[in-house]
Amino acid sequence: MSNLESFRKETRDWLEANCPASMRQPMKDEKDVCWGGKKFEFANDDQKLWLDRMAEKGWTAPQWPVEYGGGGLSSDEAQILKEEMKAINARDPLTSFGIWMLGPALLKYGSEEQKKHYLPQITRGEIRWCQGYSEPGAGSDLASLRTKGVDKGDYYEVTGQKVWTSYADKADWIFALVRTEPDKPKHEGISFLLIDMESDGVTTKPIKLISGKSPFCETFFDEVKVPKANLIGTAGKGWDIAKYLLSHERTNIVGAGGMAAGLNPVGAAHKSGEVDDKGRIADPMLRADVARLTIDALAFEATMRRVKDESDAGQGVGARASMLKYIGTELNKRRHELNLSAMGADGLLWEGPDPSDGGPARDWLRSRANSIEGGTSEIQLNILAKRVLNLPGA
Amino acid sequence: MSFVLTEEEQMLRDSAKDFLAAKSPVSELRRLRDEGCKDGFRHAVWRGMAEMGWNGIVVEEDFGGVDMGFTAAGVLLREMGRTLAATPFIPSAILSATLLRLAGSDAQKGEHLPKIAGGEAVYAFAFDEKARHDPGTIDTRATKDGNGFRLNGSKRFVACGNGADMLIVAARLEDDSLGFFLVDPKADGVTKTMRRTVDSHVPADIDFKDVKLDGDAMLSGGADGQATFDHVLDVGRACLAAEQLGTAEEAFDRTLSYLKDRSQFGQPIGSFQSLQHRAAHMLGEIELAHSLVMKALRTLDENPSQAPLWIAAAKAKATEVSRHVTGEAIQMHGGIGMTDEHEIGFFFKRARAAGEFMGDERFNAERVATTTGF
Repeated sequence: MSNLESFRKETRDWLEANCPASMRQPMKDEKDVCWGGKKFEFANDDQKLWLDRMAEKGWTAPQWPVEYGGGGLSSDEAQILKEEMKAINARDPLTSFGIWMLGPALLKYGSEEQKKHYLPQITRGEIRWCQGYSEPGAGSDLASLRTKGVDKGDYYEVTGQKVWTSYADKADWIFALVRTEPDKPKHEGISFLLIDMESDGVTTKPIKLISGKSPFCETFFDEVKVPKANLIGTAGKGWDIAKYLLSHERTNIVGAGGMAAGLNPVGAAHKSGEVDDKGRIADPMLRADVARLTIDALAFEATMRRVKDESDAGQGVGARASMLKYIGTELNKRRHELNLSAMGADGLLWEGPDPSDGGPARDWLRSRANSIEGGTSEIQLNILAKRVLNLPGA
Repeated sequence: MSFVLTEEEQMLRDSAKDFLAAKSPVSELRRLRDEGCKDGFRHAVWRGMAEMGWNGIVVEEDFGGVDMGFTAAGVLLREMGRTLAATPFIPSAILSATLLRLAGSDAQKGEHLPKIAGGEAVYAFAFDEKARHDPGTIDTRATKDGNGFRLNGSKRFVACGNGADMLIVAARLEDDSLGFFLVDPKADGVTKTMRRTVDSHVPADIDFKDVKLDGDAMLSGGADGQATFDHVLDVGRACLAAEQLGTAEEAFDRTLSYLKDRSQFGQPIGSFQSLQHRAAHMLGEIELAHSLVMKALRTLDENPSQAPLWIAAAKAKATEVSRHVTGEAIQMHGGIGMTDEHEIGFFFKRARAAGEFMGDERFNAERVATTTGF
């Protein structure tokens, strides 16, 4: 048996023995998503048990080094873990911006002390993070951000406003871009700071979105004292970290965002009785649209695999994250559109007696953010034009 | 399966690039057209390809081939798509060779496959009977006549049909099952009508009137006719999708250069965001088509029962993308792109014709829906 085959067997056996039965059921509502953090209330004991067992293995962050709480797995092993979890419908033990976004940046730019301090708390789900990037005047033009950090010797005094800070009201800490050297050109003079949300002067206010939900907040800083030990990397070099972290965020928006959730217009058509006696979607025009979507979904799935193979072989185009983000998010919007079309007026429900009523419409609305958050589709196209196609003036 | 080319496949690609740049650049297609060539390909180039071993790429070694598989064939076709090489490669080395391999008796394989692999003869596969691809409609009939057969019917737009030395004809037998017949195009009762198409290829409409065939004209390897037919067409579609991908890639590369070279309003037109975004979008679309083509070819080699879905998706996407990219190529070249003198128009024309052959994006999207079960 090859090493990978024996790893697969061990993984399968371990998951079988350690994943509680209730953690193998599809998630019913948002409470089933385990975010971790000091303020998090576990939905039940199994949710906590599953997190603790996976964290103990280092498998909440399978490819991080073991000394920082990760699993130390190779990319092939991590793929096997993913496949074996999927095979038993195991839920993600932890959904964490700390793992998706901050962790990779800390691993690359953090000091040894910072890595040892923060990373294990992230993998154990003890601290929940949010991201302080966008500002009211700095969206696509992120580098024009104005939240300022005044150097006060052993600390920065931070004042300003961030917006679209996901779950800021539930987070324990925020990683933020702050202008610490205002006289420098806009891409320089930005620093990457970690800020305790419990600090004096931090306040948050939820923003209600078109989906009726409020995952995002405005976050205000009023003369907040941030110790210099919380600076990641070099002062004034935060933009490099920001870009690095954004490429991870983009990859994760593609991986998450409902795209892996198996949302299927064909199933919706069956549910609403819009099929003929052979089980085909009855409306030929809708069927054609779903077929075209299916082709692009297959193409996207194959492209994700190809990018992985090429990356393992040290080949492939640069700026992959931008390409995948653009294609994946536009595809996801189409999928939600067709899902509602297949449902007809049922898809318009905003709420109802069944807990799933209103879900498709709200998810459809949420999908519109996919091509905005983490850099709009247009920004991704700019990046591709500049870095891959080398077009002039881009 | 891996999406990355093996070292052997990479070497094949590099040698294909060199050979095609020297022997079959786009200017060669123009020359064939302007000379009014009735075969639609250059025999010297075809023999050269045979010497490189390409014509036996899916032929067993026992019959003079190199048997490298469909992914390798796709590697060659992608490069041929880049230079718009007009050759009998798909009709002869892919469709006819695969058909003989699957349905031929040992004697038939022994006689015909070495000729294909060695480039001694050009074979064409005659199947379509309508202007739009419709493999369900085969009305050509082979009826028993003594120890042999009589063949009656009409085939349309047979690829390389005008220049072929030998035809393989799909026909219905008396029990309505499908059979395949080796027919000499010079035989009594065979009438060829040359059809010049927009891409400067030269297919033929071919009528068969009471054509007398010997008993051993029918491929008699024992395989089920319909299953063989479906598989051979799928092989052809996967390979053609690779050619379409190459055509899209080359048209895109040339357009990208033009965007950097051409100045208007005192700056390269590639600095305008309206063109940059369309170019970046095309990059993504080509990447998607690329992934499907690789997936289809590798699946054909490694797990053929799973291949039909991926092949249908690949042919649909490659058709859509090559048409989109070559159309954008003309638009971005502006007026010069409309001239016959410039080569970019040849790409637009070939993309259109290759898209029709063996099913366009609609035909293949329908197959995706049926195969997926909706």
